[in-house]
Amino acid sequence: MSGVVGGLGRRPERGAAELETPLVRGLLIAAALAFLALFLVAPLFTVFSAAFSKGVDVYLTALAEPETLAAIELTLITAGIAVPMNTLFGIAAAWVLSKYDFRGKSALLTLIDLPFSVSPVISGLIFVLLFGAQGLFAAQVQEYDLKIVFAVPGIVLATTFVTFPLVAREVLAVMEAQGSDEEEAALTLGASLWQIFFKVTLPKIRWGLFYGVILCNARAMGEFGAVSVVSGHIRGETNTMPLQVEILYNEYNFVAAFAVASLLTLLALLTLGVKKTAELASSLREARRAREAESELTVTVIEPRGVTS
Amino acid sequence: MSVRTEIVSKRFAARGPAAVDNVTFEAKPGAITTLLGPSGSGKSTLLRLIAGLERPDGGKISIDGKDVTHVSPRERNVGFVFQSYALFRHMTVFENVAFGMRIRKLGKERIQERVLELLSRVQLAGYEGRYPSQLSGGQRQRIALARALATDPKVLLLDEPFGALDTKVRIELREWLLAFQESARVTTLLVTHDQDEALELSEHVVLLADGKVEQTGAPHELYDAPATSFVASFLGGGSLLKGTVRSGRAEVGSLAVQAPEGAEDGAEVRALVRPHDVRLEKAADGGEVAVARVERMRRIGPRIKLLLMLPTGDAVTVHMPKTEVDELGIESGDRVLVDLKDAKVFVEDYAI
Amino acid sequence: MSTVGFGNTLLRRRGVLPGFGAGFGLTLFYAGLLVLLPLGALILKASALGPRDVFRLVTDPRTLQAFQLTFGSSAVAGGVNALFGLLLAWVLVRYQFPGKSLVDALVDLPFALPTAVAGISLTSIYAENGSLGALLGKLGLKVAFTPLGVTVALIFVGIPFVVRTVQPVLEDLDRDVEEAAAVLGATRLQTFARVILPALFPALLTGFALAFARALGEYGSVVFISGNMPYKTEIVPLLIVTRLEQYDYAGATALACVMLLFSFLILLAVNLLQRWSRRGAPA
Repeated sequence: MSGVVGGLGRRPERGAAELETPLVRGLLIAAALAFLALFLVAPLFTVFSAAFSKGVDVYLTALAEPETLAAIELTLITAGIAVPMNTLFGIAAAWVLSKYDFRGKSALLTLIDLPFSVSPVISGLIFVLLFGAQGLFAAQVQEYDLKIVFAVPGIVLATTFVTFPLVAREVLAVMEAQGSDEEEAALTLGASLWQIFFKVTLPKIRWGLFYGVILCNARAMGEFGAVSVVSGHIRGETNTMPLQVEILYNEYNFVAAFAVASLLTLLALLTLGVKKTAELASSLREARRAREAESELTVTVIEPRGVTS
Repeated sequence: MSVRTEIVSKRFAARGPAAVDNVTFEAKPGAITTLLGPSGSGKSTLLRLIAGLERPDGGKISIDGKDVTHVSPRERNVGFVFQSYALFRHMTVFENVAFGMRIRKLGKERIQERVLELLSRVQLAGYEGRYPSQLSGGQRQRIALARALATDPKVLLLDEPFGALDTKVRIELREWLLAFQESARVTTLLVTHDQDEALELSEHVVLLADGKVEQTGAPHELYDAPATSFVASFLGGGSLLKGTVRSGRAEVGSLAVQAPEGAEDGAEVRALVRPHDVRLEKAADGGEVAVARVERMRRIGPRIKLLLMLPTGDAVTVHMPKTEVDELGIESGDRVLVDLKDAKVFVEDYAI
Repeated sequence: MSTVGFGNTLLRRRGVLPGFGAGFGLTLFYAGLLVLLPLGALILKASALGPRDVFRLVTDPRTLQAFQLTFGSSAVAGGVNALFGLLLAWVLVRYQFPGKSLVDALVDLPFALPTAVAGISLTSIYAENGSLGALLGKLGLKVAFTPLGVTVALIFVGIPFVVRTVQPVLEDLDRDVEEAAAVLGATRLQTFARVILPALFPALLTGFALAFARALGEYGSVVFISGNMPYKTEIVPLLIVTRLEQYDYAGATALACVMLLFSFLILLAVNLLQRWSRRGAPA
């Protein structure tokens, strides 16, 4: 990096002193993109190229296998239970954590984050230890002839546990960023809790909530480790899509494995798209607010000098 | 060590307006020069150009007689104080002040000695172990100043240095800077939009508007002899009245004052009447008088601010000592005679 | 109203909006049932074993080997992520280039892509007959079914953690500070090393810790590429599954407990780190 700016010829106009040379910038961008291509783009590309390697017909036939259809159905059921539950809870938790200060708040926050720091395998194991043959509630499970572990309820429980913090976290972040001024204004105007929530809060958080739900859904449908431990891998019965991917892959049925994987990958890409859209929507709103604030400022500046001073 | 810019220009967008438009001025060595102007007048950009933080599109910048137009900010040896202070948050006060000297690889003892000396000069001895977050706004500003002074800069550049402080601290720091400057005599360029700050602190004012120099000179010169109505209204302010020239007199509203030399009959003029340049009486005769109505009276400490309405519909603001108003017995709603002691008159197309 | 009163007095609630009692009750009930109860079962089972048994169960040679691989490859992956995560965050915050917004969105892919999908995809890329695996094979480098393969998978899952912790800090970094350093005579490299990097360091370390913690427990993306050879490419989460499949509940519980302990220690470290990073923040 030369000390004399003039010697380098044309340089970027703004803030000449605090910028890297175009060469350095180019190299840094290239290195970042190369890393991204190697670790993220290549796997993404491989999923689709392997899924379609034998043509569209083979791809479609693979998806129409009865066992695969059963796995898709089970996945939809699991997500259909886990996601609404976590959404309801997530909104309640975010409301409590963002609108009030109370003793034990950080403990509650840690409790909500807990599933993030537990290995998926352990997340499955704990339900085996609760409801399994040697589990804490083994006697009750036997007495009432309940099927939890190695059955659908276990899969739902493990999935709900793993995806438990996702909606709460996303909604909490949005609620905290937006503050409670508008809710408090509604309260002074006589609104009830439900009126405040549905008329004031929900419109403000809708993009954050939407992304939280979509992310929670993608993770619920894609959960592998925890579900693998509690599922028992009963073909056509307790296999979710990721487990089906594993089975097909281990049977060297690569096309079918990647075909199922491609569906989950599309879901992941959709989730990323929603996130980007949500960010765009909220940044547009911020920009609009900033513009409004600015125009208010100009009004005050325009105040005639001659009369006031 | 002087600072000169010659026809320096800078625009941020290729076809956008010029932020700095052919500015030429000189800052005198050992004095405080103020770059004064409303927001968007290009004063901060001009300061950044002098520091080398922006590159000019054209023109020449010299410090101490040397052309530095193409010299990196690293090598200009200027001290720059940012409005945001821009202290290094993860460093102690000591390390902040020492930073420039460490870059220059000065000896440990030399650095230690110099930092402590500077801290006592900015009246913050004993604060060297603290972090910036543990200081008040005024203290942070003084640390920023000490850091800028540590490398013996040729010039000190202050960008709205008191802008983020509340009024009381701002006035204290102004006093302190004035006392400091009297002993240090560093060539200083100070950017501000606050006319009081400019009038109180500087020996020389460069008044900018829309990226151009409106007028330069000593503060009292700009106040007493404003070159344009913009300068007159920005510095000191007053009531602006429109009118025309008739036989050597400028008739503005229902008042009349001496027209500027060379103004032709019928020329459009605008006059700036300072709040202190108006004499009121309840009864009157004599030359430049007119009748007005007192619309509103407000007491501001020892003074009274009166809003007069001329028969023409023009409004004039007047400041008078309370004692004087009491003597005259003027009350709201009264009709008064107005006599202009002085007014700055500008022929229309010459001004702004 | 009784729950509201409970919330107000016992918890010293502050905040005027309604809904605290119900919301707090629901949150605590749901979290207690779904999170605390199952984790409690694990602790209970482990405490029935006693420390000596736990120690014995987690220190046999095969397990120790698994611990070594898990921690080693997680640390290496965390380090690679810290370096490239910083680079990605820097490029995304500071530079403009075509496709930037796509790149920014793509960073979150490992958050959203099922681990099993990442696992089979990475395996087929890096296997000896895979597109990259064949290339690297010619250079004498085997990735799939080696510890290196485990590390590659862990790098994949950890990328977003570093980028997303460093990015906001970098965005908030006051550009004036860098200009101040330049005016004081620092070169760009000196400014980076002495001003920017120290300011980013807590976030960088937090990102590393999060990526590391995630890597320790990772299962889905690793089991395919590792080959799962005992004493060679067997990671701890896989060992837990193996023990479970052999109905060795004690062994699985002991291992899970030790892993959980490490997770909590890292969580604690992250919390301390974040307190430390606020040290220099404006009051």
